[in-house]
Amino acid sequence: MSTPDRDAVRQEVRSWLDANWDPDASLIAWRNKLVDSGWGMPEWPEAWYGRGYPAELVRVVEQEFGQAGAVTGAKAGIRLLAAATLLEHGTDTHKRAWLRRIITGEDTWCQLFSEPGSGSDLAGATTRADLRGDEWIINGQKVWTTSAHHANWGLLLARTDWNAPKHKGLTFFVINMHQPGVVVQPLKQMNGHASFNEVFITDAVVPRENQVGQIGNGWAVAMTTLAHERRRADGLRSGSSDGDRRSYRRGRIHEEEDAENKTVLAPYTWYPQRAGRTDLALPQAVASGRIVDPVVRQELARLLAMSSAAEWTARRARAAQQAGKPQGPEGSLGKLVASHVARQAQKVHTLIAEGDSMLAGTDSPLQGIIAEILLSVPAVSIAGGTDEIQRNIIAERVLDMPKEPRFDEGPFRDIPRN
Amino acid sequence: MSGTVTFAHTEEQALFRDSLRKFLDTTSPTTRVRQVMESESGFDAQLWKRMADELALPGIGIAEAEGGAGFGWTEVCIAMEEFGRTLCPSPFMASSVLSMAALASMAPKTGAALLSSIASGERHCALAAQELQGQWDFDAWQCTATQQGEGWRLDGVKHLVVDGAQAQTLLVVARQSDRRTLALFEVEADAEGLVRRPLKVIDSTRRLALVSLTGAAALLLGPAGEHHSGLERTLDLASIALANEMVGGMTRLFADTLAYTRLRVQFGRNIASFQAIKHRMAELLIQVELARSAAHYAASAADAGMDNLSYLASLAKSLASDAYLLAAQEAIQLHGGIGFTWDNDTHLWFKRAKSSEVFLGTPVWHRERMIRALEKSVEKSVEKSGERAGERSGERSGANA
Repeated sequence: MSTPDRDAVRQEVRSWLDANWDPDASLIAWRNKLVDSGWGMPEWPEAWYGRGYPAELVRVVEQEFGQAGAVTGAKAGIRLLAAATLLEHGTDTHKRAWLRRIITGEDTWCQLFSEPGSGSDLAGATTRADLRGDEWIINGQKVWTTSAHHANWGLLLARTDWNAPKHKGLTFFVINMHQPGVVVQPLKQMNGHASFNEVFITDAVVPRENQVGQIGNGWAVAMTTLAHERRRADGLRSGSSDGDRRSYRRGRIHEEEDAENKTVLAPYTWYPQRAGRTDLALPQAVASGRIVDPVVRQELARLLAMSSAAEWTARRARAAQQAGKPQGPEGSLGKLVASHVARQAQKVHTLIAEGDSMLAGTDSPLQGIIAEILLSVPAVSIAGGTDEIQRNIIAERVLDMPKEPRFDEGPFRDIPRN
Repeated sequence: MSGTVTFAHTEEQALFRDSLRKFLDTTSPTTRVRQVMESESGFDAQLWKRMADELALPGIGIAEAEGGAGFGWTEVCIAMEEFGRTLCPSPFMASSVLSMAALASMAPKTGAALLSSIASGERHCALAAQELQGQWDFDAWQCTATQQGEGWRLDGVKHLVVDGAQAQTLLVVARQSDRRTLALFEVEADAEGLVRRPLKVIDSTRRLALVSLTGAAALLLGPAGEHHSGLERTLDLASIALANEMVGGMTRLFADTLAYTRLRVQFGRNIASFQAIKHRMAELLIQVELARSAAHYAASAADAGMDNLSYLASLAKSLASDAYLLAAQEAIQLHGGIGFTWDNDTHLWFKRAKSSEVFLGTPVWHRERMIRALEKSVEKSVEKSGERAGERSGERSGANA
């Protein structure tokens, strides 16, 4: 199969949008059209609602959608991680059952990986799955589950063999979240938001056909999910933008999409603050007059230097990738650098706000944004892999330094755990 | 020289780097660096001639019309990175970076002959700008130039002049007595009233001198420009080149330290297998790569003709200063006791790191310069939006009338 060129794709998507885009259509009907035409997820394979396009052509399609102000397939939340995992490891039955409703937005998903006893050491999961007839019976507790309160489906990592070594005894499932054995409770964070949930699973049922991949191969499947999560986080950090299509929104379909976003995007409102809001530092220093303080000037300059250099490092990685060069160290540093930037940003915001850093809500500078920054930054060096784990990854995979001696080999049931 | 900033070197630039690296690895191992740094001149004149004849290196950034290779500042910076990696002592910094930048920025026409003699490698020039007071705060500089017939006489003291004692020609920044503005002057090494005292330095691969001028004869090359724009540009280009040199040095320190942690065995394991070591190396890698990104970006911005070059140059210089010193400190720490010995090479780079940290302005000074540059651009945009607001209110009152 030959790949069409950019101009041809631009023409094709443009004339398709001219003929089909209708702001007064219903959201679901429109997205079903996207599924059938392949324009919803052009990067997906042709056999599964896509067009098999490489990233550069996908960008062309996105640009044209942005230009037309047209609504795209549903993308927010965990759904695309679920889709990527199913596309790689799912059966045709799985793909038929779930992929369409992922794009239309009719289903939302969550990721049941972390547990109270296994955070960084994800493979130490102790949620159990036991086969009874044609059903898997699930028991255990998951945590940090974004969107679990509205998700229809969960990606579940559970232990099926306690005598195998820990990475070999896990199996991957898709679990129906709407069943009596699944109880979801919000988990309130130190910044007052409750973006995550605890999920208590008691004798919940997963039909055998909802097992993804082989028994005992769950770790490899979960790695696919996490690789996509990391890639997406890198995209967010390097500032890839959604286009400016949000400036022009009118018609029924936009109202429906706004309602959907209200639910799906709610957990993420504080994420920009978690990253430190470097963009607010200079305007705040100028507006408050604190820009005259030599210490503010020094620390602000440090922040701006670090944050620009971080962005240039990401662009260097992309340029090398586009030139087909092997990935250098610059590609693996983004997450750890983001922690440094966030911490420096909170330091600068504190230097600027001085005593008012003690205030919260509408009494805090910028109607609470500064307080939210100060109370959210501690999450950035933990979520999605702690700084400590990132340092291990850089040292072992990028610098090829030898691994630490391990104490968790042999049958899982003999390994010390929480 | 205008275009867009790039994030990857071209094939040609990569080839240039490879060939220069091979040349320097062969001709300038640390055993040789140690010999040269203890010699009287402080550099290897024969090797410098080979660099000119075989690689056209002295004029790499000088226009073809002036006999140079006609490449951009990016290529100058690639060369600097390789020099920083090997610490090969040469006139490149004094002649091909500092003097070349000053001539190109302040005397592009009158300096043509000097530029072409720098490009051929025949002439070793040194830039005498900084004084005993004030780092690169031009307003504090006191050295004066008094016109006498066709020529000028210079009086004053210049400090921390790279290769100031070895150069054949000094390019001196002095204040014209009649108009109080700064300009660039040419003073020959044998001028009467010129006294050059080599300074004792911590990094003997980079020689510095104190230069006293007492009625020394000089030729006027060109003015420093409105708001010292020519001097600012000289400092920008030099700081960017220095930042890239520092990146070369810290990269070498990082690689050597990583190799050492893999070799060294304590408590029955390679020390590279300890998390305490791995985490330090991961953190150091971040600082090195951030400094590299900033240094490369600034070099490319110089070639692209970006108008916030001072901001970018100071950003790159301040990041590189801190990262290089950190790399040097970590290198010694992770080598342990042997890293503190004279025979181990680590201290050669430590000394370069320490002197580069403050050369051309400390990181604190450069961070302050970043913020000043930002404030200027904020003022400009406020002025602009003020003008626009004025126009709008003018329109409105017109409509009301």
